[in-house]
Amino acid sequence: MKRTLKQLAAGAVTALGLTLATVPAQAADTIRIGSFLSVTGPASFLGDPELKTLELYIDKINERGGVLGKQLELVHYDDAGDASKARTFANRLLRQDRVDLIVGGSTTGATMAAVPLIQQAGVPFISLAGAETITTPVKKWVFKTPQSDRQAARRILMDMKERGFTKIGLISGTGGFGASGRNVTKEEAGNFGIEIVADETYNPKDTDTTAQLTRIRNTDGVQAILNFDFGQGPAIVTRNYAQLGIEIPFYQSHGVASDSFLELAGDAAEGLRLPASALLVADKLPESDPQYEVLNRYKSDYESRYNESVSTFGAYAYDGLQLAVQAINMAGGTDKAKVRDALESIDGAVGVTGTYRMSAEDHMGLDAESFRILQVEDGDWALTE
Amino acid sequence: MFSEFFQFTFSGITLGAIYALVALGFTLIYNASHVINFAQGEFLMIGGMGTVVLMDAGVPIYFAIPLAIAMAGVAGILLHRLAIAPAKNADVVTLIIITIGASIFLRGLAQVFWGKEYHALPNFSATESISLGGATLLTQSLWILGIAAVLVTALGLFFTRTALGKALLATSMNKDAASLMGIKTSAILMMAFGISAVIGAAAGVIVAPITLTSYDIGIMLGLKGFIAAAIGGLGSSTGAILGGLLLGLAEAYTAGYISSDYKDAVPFVIILAILFFLPNGLLGSRAVERV
Repeated sequence: MKRTLKQLAAGAVTALGLTLATVPAQAADTIRIGSFLSVTGPASFLGDPELKTLELYIDKINERGGVLGKQLELVHYDDAGDASKARTFANRLLRQDRVDLIVGGSTTGATMAAVPLIQQAGVPFISLAGAETITTPVKKWVFKTPQSDRQAARRILMDMKERGFTKIGLISGTGGFGASGRNVTKEEAGNFGIEIVADETYNPKDTDTTAQLTRIRNTDGVQAILNFDFGQGPAIVTRNYAQLGIEIPFYQSHGVASDSFLELAGDAAEGLRLPASALLVADKLPESDPQYEVLNRYKSDYESRYNESVSTFGAYAYDGLQLAVQAINMAGGTDKAKVRDALESIDGAVGVTGTYRMSAEDHMGLDAESFRILQVEDGDWALTE
Repeated sequence: MFSEFFQFTFSGITLGAIYALVALGFTLIYNASHVINFAQGEFLMIGGMGTVVLMDAGVPIYFAIPLAIAMAGVAGILLHRLAIAPAKNADVVTLIIITIGASIFLRGLAQVFWGKEYHALPNFSATESISLGGATLLTQSLWILGIAAVLVTALGLFFTRTALGKALLATSMNKDAASLMGIKTSAILMMAFGISAVIGAAAGVIVAPITLTSYDIGIMLGLKGFIAAAIGGLGSSTGAILGGLLLGLAEAYTAGYISSDYKDAVPFVIILAILFFLPNGLLGSRAVERV
């Protein structure tokens, strides 16, 4: 019994794989959008909403008659968060499926593994991953939709400057995200006239950080504390912060801008500030906000189709697809070089994550202002303006 | 400066109490079989995550906790029956490797069925922290220390005053002789796994309000607990508590007075020093090799 089930499953998987692979060969008169995302595996919280968003909007665009009279067709592979699989799938998208454009790459690892192949093949690629290295230095065919942690650090420092802080304490995790956040914060602080007078770290798996926080609190002149990290570490830091009764303003990074952080940190999160996508407060924005309509339409489209709340990660895919469609429209076809040039010339496309202004020097196109500074009030996010 | 010292001490006690409670779980199985059960951390995870999952399903917390602990007990017995017992003639190192495999398996199951999210459990007391000499201590740390003390006493009585406890010690000393004396050594071992799992799961529930809980919480806590147990002397319950507190305080003072960058090196430095100068730990029995 067990064996037959296994064989059945294996058969089904092969059959699925075959259909996926053969479909594009039959359909000639469509615009083929290739994608590789981490739909399963450790980064599934990224890939899952991204794929759902792509499917949702490709359906919607096709219902309205497609792009330039052609239907869009999604050719998707699940890299399961594995960079070497991502490279294999990128190769298949380029050589076998001959896609017109790629929107994908949930993680920085997957993206960077695929970049050399894509650069060589000369196909426009919009990545959905965060790291700055993806578009710095600029690579001819590579674009991305999420902000880098540098923009987040700038946005936080900007807010601190506005509130008149000049000396701050920094506490960050020693994992990749925290370490990179710590570096960019230290690099950027000087530009805002801010001095980092205390700099502490903790292991992402630590269960107590009161010793580090006590050290920061006892440093002379600290006016605010920033915790740059993601995962459960910031929740523990936030709880320790409340436990110690530290009164000075507290900042978190965009890494924890989600409702699950509020649940983990509980009352301790009250009053802290962080930079986040406007999507978190879509319903609280004034209607005059340039992003108001885009944000709320995406939110209601997604939530009514999938019955789960939207995430900022899905929004990266939304923006990626919209930029792709706009570039194809501007180029008047799918000629790869023309689409690439069109992508680079996009100036002022209002997306969910922010308003994109691409240029030859900037293939990400968002500035620090695309982050909104939110404050936790009564266990919910509130805009600070 | 004194308030700073107090705060580092309290941080150390909080950490140390957690490590101590985890370390206690290692003693029972070690005493019964000289096996270090590397799936001990996963019992903690079953306790914490099980409670969270049951509460999400609508079970009130005072039922969810005992149910989750019972679930871990069953898992412990199954671990013995399905993985340890079939390899009964294998040597200790093989059995230890089996427990490592079991820990990976349990973690995988939890990841698939319970998800990868972090969860928080509510504090046991309504007041979250108390202030002492300008420093704050979490009330949950007191709960942890109190329950650890109760467990140490109970384990002490169990080993010295009950026939079962003595049978367990006899089994660890000489399995063949014990079975010739009419002790069902396999049943004794199974019991040791079951009780260890229960102690581990209880620890997992009690520390969850501070450490949060997730499918992989057992890796770090299990490792630190093992280090604490080794510092204290494997098999000694009082040693486990001492080892845990020593480790926690050392980490907190390093993070506080030297640098948080070096904090993670502390456990390894301590364990190297202990292994070098006191190979049996602080309170470990001076083992005599029988020839």
